Amino acid sequence: MTSATAPLGRNLPIRRRLGGLFHAVFLIATFTGVVLLAVLLAEVIQNGIPWLTGSFFTNFPSRFPDQAGIRAALWGTIWLIGLTALFSIPVGVGAAIYLEEYAGRSWFNTLIEINIANLAGTPSIVYGILGLAIFVRWMALGRSVLAGALTMSLLILPVTIIASREALRAVPNSIRLAAFALGATKWQTIRAHVLPAALPGIMTGIILALSRAIGETAPLIMIGALTFVAFTPAGPMDEFTALPIQIFNWASRPQREFYGVAAAGILVLLGVLLTMNAAAIWIRHRSQRSMRW
Amino acid sequence: MIQAVLFLCALLSVVTTAGIIWVLARETLNFFRQVSAVSFLTGMRWTPLFQPSSFGVLPLVGGTLMIVVGAALVAVPLGLGTGIFLSEYASDRLRGILKPVLEILAGIPTVVYGYFALTFVTPQLGRLFPSIQVFNAASASIVVGVMILPMIASLCDDALRAVPQALRHAGYALGATRFEVSTRVVLPGAFSGVLASFVLALSRAIGETMAVTLAAGATPRLTVNPLESIQTMTAYIVQVSLGDTPAGSMAYLTVYAVGMLLFMITLAMNLVGNRILRHFQEVYE
Repeated sequence: MTSATAPLGRNLPIRRRLGGLFHAVFLIATFTGVVLLAVLLAEVIQNGIPWLTGSFFTNFPSRFPDQAGIRAALWGTIWLIGLTALFSIPVGVGAAIYLEEYAGRSWFNTLIEINIANLAGTPSIVYGILGLAIFVRWMALGRSVLAGALTMSLLILPVTIIASREALRAVPNSIRLAAFALGATKWQTIRAHVLPAALPGIMTGIILALSRAIGETAPLIMIGALTFVAFTPAGPMDEFTALPIQIFNWASRPQREFYGVAAAGILVLLGVLLTMNAAAIWIRHRSQRSMRW
Repeated sequence: MIQAVLFLCALLSVVTTAGIIWVLARETLNFFRQVSAVSFLTGMRWTPLFQPSSFGVLPLVGGTLMIVVGAALVAVPLGLGTGIFLSEYASDRLRGILKPVLEILAGIPTVVYGYFALTFVTPQLGRLFPSIQVFNAASASIVVGVMILPMIASLCDDALRAVPQALRHAGYALGATRFEVSTRVVLPGAFSGVLASFVLALSRAIGETMAVTLAAGATPRLTVNPLESIQTMTAYIVQVSLGDTPAGSMAYLTVYAVGMLLFMITLAMNLVGNRILRHFQEVYE
């Protein structure tokens, strides 16, 4: 701290100006992100709106840009996310309850915690390789929606667990102690008191985790989701495509017209994601108002 | 009984990690029966899909490194600046608006960033550098930088806010300006948390797949020119799996070998980053 040795206020005008300058620098850095988001959205909207017609939702993919649609991709994504939710919610919440309510401080539980933190940062394409080897080939599920959903479930499991644990941790201990004092068992306490209190937080976390799964592309390519599908899945063993895969396929085509189709697909995808985000924010907001501890 | 079921749920995460390592290791060992590990890790030519085939992974590592360096140049200054602004300068109201915006930025799928790089960033770069190729490392690394920016900003913000208020007050009491308090008191106090945010975000950049597949091209080569087309480890894996690759073939095995390398690198970075983060959280508790 060189300024401490100088008489107080000697360089004050310069220091103040430096402070002002960097205030502006930090402000600009922050708003760069905001501006980039705006530019990205404007670019996608401008390219995509002309292609966003009614037939875009009802048509299957086509070689001709003006006949291409997302019906198969949209249904594929709905199937995929529905099954993913079915698998990942019970397991993720169960793991969170164990780690937060039951687990003591043993080396094995520490290992589980470190492991979950690292899994959350593992590249999604690695999960794709895992899904290809385990679900598609070893369990012989083929390129089915089921194989995709199982892969996605493993992918979002760490995020689900981390979010659910935070929600459980936010429930004050006095609630648990009150239930115990009335003679409830551990599981009765958790089921009847802790879980309901943590539910809004858990739901918010699950919605955000599922919205991550909706946008994931790489693992689906790995397990062999198709890019040209002219049917909607009728069951979990059917082959499928999904929104991000379809967008990737359109964006990697050389014809410029398909950029517009890809942008229209992105608008649908972002629309779904923003709706889910809004739902999560709404649940969080509502629970903050109704619950006071 | 219930506790056992819940324990199994938690155990699944360990099984997942074990599964990843087992799957990758098994096929990687098969790969190393035909190609020596030394020539894989030190070879300068990567041409596994056509004759004469050569399995030197360095061009893919170099391509990945180029993306990571470019992304860091974008995301580190912007992310740190955003973190400092959010934690030290912004009012609660402004913060309440900016945080969700950053969350949206972080929630945009990577394939959308790839599209953005292809249709917007590359043409804009083309105005500045007419020699630029349609697929190039610069455009991909810029969007990857934008993608990891919210992560750095949010982790830096958390780290800076964890610094006790008393330290700031002490700084002001000595006559320091807000900038001096932010950069000479708070930032050093949060140094390890900030460092962890860089490590974790760059690990994310290494594993990023779709943006680089769409925008950076499929030309594995060692170059320092960001205007050229390159290929990253992740993009190579996608390229192979998009084609029809019979199980057990050499191209199939390379996916696992490259995947193993990718997993080891990101695992090492995540372990280091999370360790710094845990240690840092203990300091101020």
